[in-house]
Amino acid sequence: MDIQIENLSKQYGYQKAVDGISFVVKPGEVLGFLGPNGAGKSTTMKMITGYLSIGGGDVRLGGRSVLDYGDEFKRHIGYLPENNPLYLDMPIIDYLKFCAALQGMNQKDIGTRVREMVSVCGLNAEKHKKIGELSKGYRQRVGLAQAMIHDPEILLLDEPTSGLDPNQIVEIRKLIRELGKAKTVVLSTHILPEVEATCDRILIINKGKIVADGTAESLRKQASGQEIIKLRIEDGQADNIMSELRRLKSIDTVELIDRNLNRFEVQSNSGLSSKREIFNVCVQKGWVLSELIPLETRLEDVFRNLTMN
Amino acid sequence: MRAVWIIAKKELESYFDSLIAYILLILFLGFSGFFTWLFGSDIFFVGQATLQSFFSVAYWTLFFFTPALTMRLLAEERKTGTIELLLTKAVTDRQVVVGKFLSAVLLVVIALLFTFPYVITLSKIGNIDAGEIICGYVGLTLMSAAYISIGLYASSITNNQIVAFLLALSVGIFFHIIFEVLAGSFTGFVAQIFTTLSLGNHFESISRGVVDSRDLIYFASIIFLGLFLSELSLTKRNMN
Repeated sequence: MDIQIENLSKQYGYQKAVDGISFVVKPGEVLGFLGPNGAGKSTTMKMITGYLSIGGGDVRLGGRSVLDYGDEFKRHIGYLPENNPLYLDMPIIDYLKFCAALQGMNQKDIGTRVREMVSVCGLNAEKHKKIGELSKGYRQRVGLAQAMIHDPEILLLDEPTSGLDPNQIVEIRKLIRELGKAKTVVLSTHILPEVEATCDRILIINKGKIVADGTAESLRKQASGQEIIKLRIEDGQADNIMSELRRLKSIDTVELIDRNLNRFEVQSNSGLSSKREIFNVCVQKGWVLSELIPLETRLEDVFRNLTMN
Repeated sequence: MRAVWIIAKKELESYFDSLIAYILLILFLGFSGFFTWLFGSDIFFVGQATLQSFFSVAYWTLFFFTPALTMRLLAEERKTGTIELLLTKAVTDRQVVVGKFLSAVLLVVIALLFTFPYVITLSKIGNIDAGEIICGYVGLTLMSAAYISIGLYASSITNNQIVAFLLALSVGIFFHIIFEVLAGSFTGFVAQIFTTLSLGNHFESISRGVVDSRDLIYFASIIFLGLFLSELSLTKRNMN
């Protein structure tokens, strides 16, 4: 079941929390929803879940608008809210059974499904405790378990790995990736490496508007434009090498970083790659190319560029 | 309907898990038992095989207990944010409100069932009027349901349980006694209005064994109004 967001808006007083955003998420896709605090990520998610009413525009699930769905559409959605609120005085098993029943699951399937989720989310050792007795990481797992309990086609996860330790983060990311193969997953986060590790596509929003949409790679390319390479070339005179490199067609600028170690930073003309030409020059002159490091624009920089203004 | 029952069951379980239910049951049975059988104008003093003294004690104890039952129902969910989790499940705002209302009513009914030995004891002492006793219990249940729906509304408009408790109590006291007092100090049409609004009058007429459609309509309107307003204030999260 895909999610189509069309021109979605929401206004709080005079402030536009979400300002006419549109995007589509298909099944088998994990969409990373990025943005600074207060950009409108959570508001968008809350509108998709039906917790907040839609201010303007439309949300379509599987081609059908949630406005004419009634409340039945919520059955297709698994939702993990921000801060992961839970009934702390309830035992884990009872809580999961309660959620499953509320989502309209058959009474006879609930038991097996709860056992399955308990083991998938690694809650086996703790399953007889009350939720209030759990550490933050385990509570987060309970939150994930309740979101997935009814095997929804759409998963909306608001900061799913916050409060987990590094091992748990790896596990949960793996779990999300696996789920993402068959389901439509939208996850919001501040943690940029997380997006790279789990998401097929990234959507960056700022002040209620979409400022970037694409894969991590395409966003980097968009932001950087030109290829930057760090080189170390041995067995040659630094000045000699400099002048040879400058003659190459694909190279825009050459900078000498370290004269003793013959380190250079080379920026290519936009749209061209200079790696091959550099290699060929070195072969011709008998130099040894001992380092060639492509400098990637980090996602952090992309994020900062797009959201700081 | 299934969702309503699931929510009601969960709330009822959490009353018993958190000891609220036991404390309230013990207090209710303790108070009403003490004043019905041992102290003041008790059952033996009246000289008739009637539970009137129990009903008039329960009329007050239930008045104080219902806000304690309802104060956390929605206020706590709002405070901890679990309301978001609940409302994004496949349930409507109305089902949540009705489910929570039902859980508190059920707890009161359970408390009233525990006083059934009173009826048995009384029937051994003298000839009881079964109709009157049934009506008395119906009256107590309706009264509690009315206060529960007021309390639920109070709980729906605040995050603070203490505020919800006091608000429910202060709205309730108007129906419980103030309207009756006001009716006494006015004459004519105004007095008529206050008499109609006073819950005590309607309770009395039911517990005397006379079930009048006017009394039923009165209780039903308070219950529906309370539930309707609670639902409205849940839905109002959108109009920030």
